Amino acid sequence: MEWLQQLVNGISLGSIYALIALGYTMVYGIIKLINFAHGDVFMLGAFIGFYAIARWDMGFFPALIISMVVCAIIGVIIERVAYKRLRNATRIAALITAIGVSLLIEYTVIFFRGASPEAYPGVLPNKSISILGANISTQSIFILGVTIVLMILLQFIVHKTKIGKAMRAVSHDADAARLMGINVDNTISATFAIGSALAGAAGVIFGVYYTKIDPLMGVLPGLKAFVAAVLGGIGSIPGAMVGGLVLGVVETVVSALGYSLWRDAAAFVILILILILKPSGIFGKNAREKV
Amino acid sequence: MKKSKSFWGYCLLALVIYAVVQLSISMQLLDLYYQNMLITMCINIMLAVSLHIVIGITGQFSIGHAGFLAVGAYLSAVATMKLGLPFPIAILIGAVVAALAGLLVGIPTLRLKGDYLAIATLGFAEIIRIVFLNVDYVGGAAGMVVNHMSTWTYAFIGVVITILVISNFTNSRHGRGCIAIREDEIAADAMGINTTYYKVIAFAIGSFFAGLAGAIYAHNFYIIQPTTFGFLKSFDILIYVVLGGLGSLSGSVLAAILLTVVSTYLANFPETRMIIYSLVLIIVMLYRPTGLMGTKEITDLFKIGKKGGSKA
Amino acid sequence: MTNNLLIKAENVGIQFGGLKAVQNVNMYLNKGELIGLIGPNGAGKTTTFNMLTGVYQPTEGAITFDGKKINGLKPYQVTKLGISRTFQNIRLFKDLSVLDNVKVANHNLAKHSIVSSIFRLPSHFSGEKKMEEESLAFLKIFGLDVYKDELAKNLPYGMQRRLEIARALAANPKLLLLDEPAAGMNPQETHDLMELIAFIRKEFGLTILLIEHDMHLVMGICERIYVLDHGQLIADGTPTEIRNNPKVIEAYLGEEVVD
Repeated sequence: MEWLQQLVNGISLGSIYALIALGYTMVYGIIKLINFAHGDVFMLGAFIGFYAIARWDMGFFPALIISMVVCAIIGVIIERVAYKRLRNATRIAALITAIGVSLLIEYTVIFFRGASPEAYPGVLPNKSISILGANISTQSIFILGVTIVLMILLQFIVHKTKIGKAMRAVSHDADAARLMGINVDNTISATFAIGSALAGAAGVIFGVYYTKIDPLMGVLPGLKAFVAAVLGGIGSIPGAMVGGLVLGVVETVVSALGYSLWRDAAAFVILILILILKPSGIFGKNAREKV
Repeated sequence: MKKSKSFWGYCLLALVIYAVVQLSISMQLLDLYYQNMLITMCINIMLAVSLHIVIGITGQFSIGHAGFLAVGAYLSAVATMKLGLPFPIAILIGAVVAALAGLLVGIPTLRLKGDYLAIATLGFAEIIRIVFLNVDYVGGAAGMVVNHMSTWTYAFIGVVITILVISNFTNSRHGRGCIAIREDEIAADAMGINTTYYKVIAFAIGSFFAGLAGAIYAHNFYIIQPTTFGFLKSFDILIYVVLGGLGSLSGSVLAAILLTVVSTYLANFPETRMIIYSLVLIIVMLYRPTGLMGTKEITDLFKIGKKGGSKA
Repeated sequence: MTNNLLIKAENVGIQFGGLKAVQNVNMYLNKGELIGLIGPNGAGKTTTFNMLTGVYQPTEGAITFDGKKINGLKPYQVTKLGISRTFQNIRLFKDLSVLDNVKVANHNLAKHSIVSSIFRLPSHFSGEKKMEEESLAFLKIFGLDVYKDELAKNLPYGMQRRLEIARALAANPKLLLLDEPAAGMNPQETHDLMELIAFIRKEFGLTILLIEHDMHLVMGICERIYVLDHGQLIADGTPTEIRNNPKVIEAYLGEEVVD
């Protein structure tokens, strides 16, 4: 029952992509910016969790919550300092700034602590249980559980709370939302805070699951999470979840078939195929320019 | 007729620069460190100008230019090291194959716009890199050993040809078509410009010269590795164009010269270099998003007394 | 009539999602005619223009121009065949000079190749010289030659509208589509513009289809008028017929008062 094990591995990886992808898709939905720095917030989250567990002897959940809170604050700072001024700038200027912020975070971290990787301490009991003949670690089930809870929480925030309603209104039409008395600036900040908190959580989960973290670890998962967001239909929250899971499973399958060196290419091939064949993604809507 | 006079002026200037440096090299006034810096500068100028035609002129936001640099580098290296072909032929092979790769990438992706195009070109560049990583014939992850063949003469001729071809293209009905696409794609289309055709052509020309730069790059170091051609390299090239001013050829040349000098001196402090780079980029985008030169050329600065910003 | 027919739209319509924006439009223009297309806001006038020029692909119906079927063609192909247009919300190449704006549209009349331009062959120089002369001639007609080196975005509003028409003309059209050319102009400017349109029509033997909000203007210069409302043609005929058509009056009720 090798394939079941691979499937679980794929879903675990995919749920991490999905958590990061949610932040991309929410931010893109609201201000049409590919927040390249998002993958680096994920990296910061992993490091905050690492220091919380290794230096301050915290358990998994306190570390997860601290990481989420700090990442939320970092996300809001990034938005207020770098992106806020760019709301009316060209898309190119916004994208370049995002790339700049991403590199600034990466190399500031390297500047202060070096580029060497860090080994994540084990905080969760890791036993294998046998289901249908496949060895599945309790850790991956636990992680999957945490991810699902976070996603349900997000759905609740977006659909049942006032701030969620404001977020949906602003992403639909910022000017109209402003005229309706919604504080657009605060809503955008809240979006960054929620997205960054999820990325921070993904960082801690990634660290616990893969046990190795380093300052450039956010680059590739960040890009792939963006691919997941595009795959699901950028701007769509269920799309980001589905896109992340699909991508995780595909990558695991490519590795399992013995093409592990091509694994990273798989994500980009998917990206290009989806961009060319159905740029609106699985759940996205088509938009056309008004003439 | 005034135009041809200034043309010969530039030729003379190029000749003087070439002669002074070549003379200094043969009289051993310039040691290897500075020679290498000058060749790197030439490579970066070629890269900057070749991306300028895609982003600055045609307005197509490609962030995967290093992919074509890689194609030129690897293909030319195969030509000299495996097939034993002479260096000039290898350069041509590198450039032509890079242009073909540009067509291959450009035809499907260039109907995408803005962010989507950017991310697609980034994806293609990564795929190109991963392909080289997986081909054992070119050394895989360990890379490929290449003889040192690039000289100041090759590099300088490369720069001159790159600038000449791209500025000639720009200052013609074809270049105007590309600029029209940058300004307003729908209006350009309605005025009879085949937008897809010109986007692909500009992309292929840009890829051709990125490949040319790649050939000279490969034969300037002793080894080429897939890791060299990652996203950070694309980003380096992007900075030249953006910092110099989107739409300004001389701006991107100036930025390439300036940043080559800065990064040569900061070569021993790579983190500091990246922090400075990214800070500069963020600050420029926030306070002067048009870059140093805007769409103006350095020659425009000499005719301030006259009206307008015509680039004809 | 067949000999004289320039463009004909049969049962043309378009859907966006499930919404039928325009449907069952039947119209024709004979060579040399000046025809108006009017209708209240949101009636589908600009959408119809976009279908005639290939910007939108009609989801039903057929358009024939000069004997050729043109739906399915891209905008640049339609332009090459001889339909050129202006835009309701001015779409000039803002950072290009006034002269270069016209030269861009003049593009297809020149023949010199990319290779000749890159290597600066003689055909490049002769081709560019011819483009320059022709473009300047168009600017002169519109009184824009004094601004030729100015950036398009720096022109006053009325001049920008004129430049759009000059640019459309430089593409050498047989049929010129003008989308609210007088929008935002004062009565004097509007009057001058109409004289200019009459002049170029005669000078270049053009057929013109005009969208305009100013009813007096349309009634004054158009030979026939089509009226769109809610995406459908509700009337067509001479200005007098249109003026007395109860359907048209109903469609415009309320709008006329503002006018």
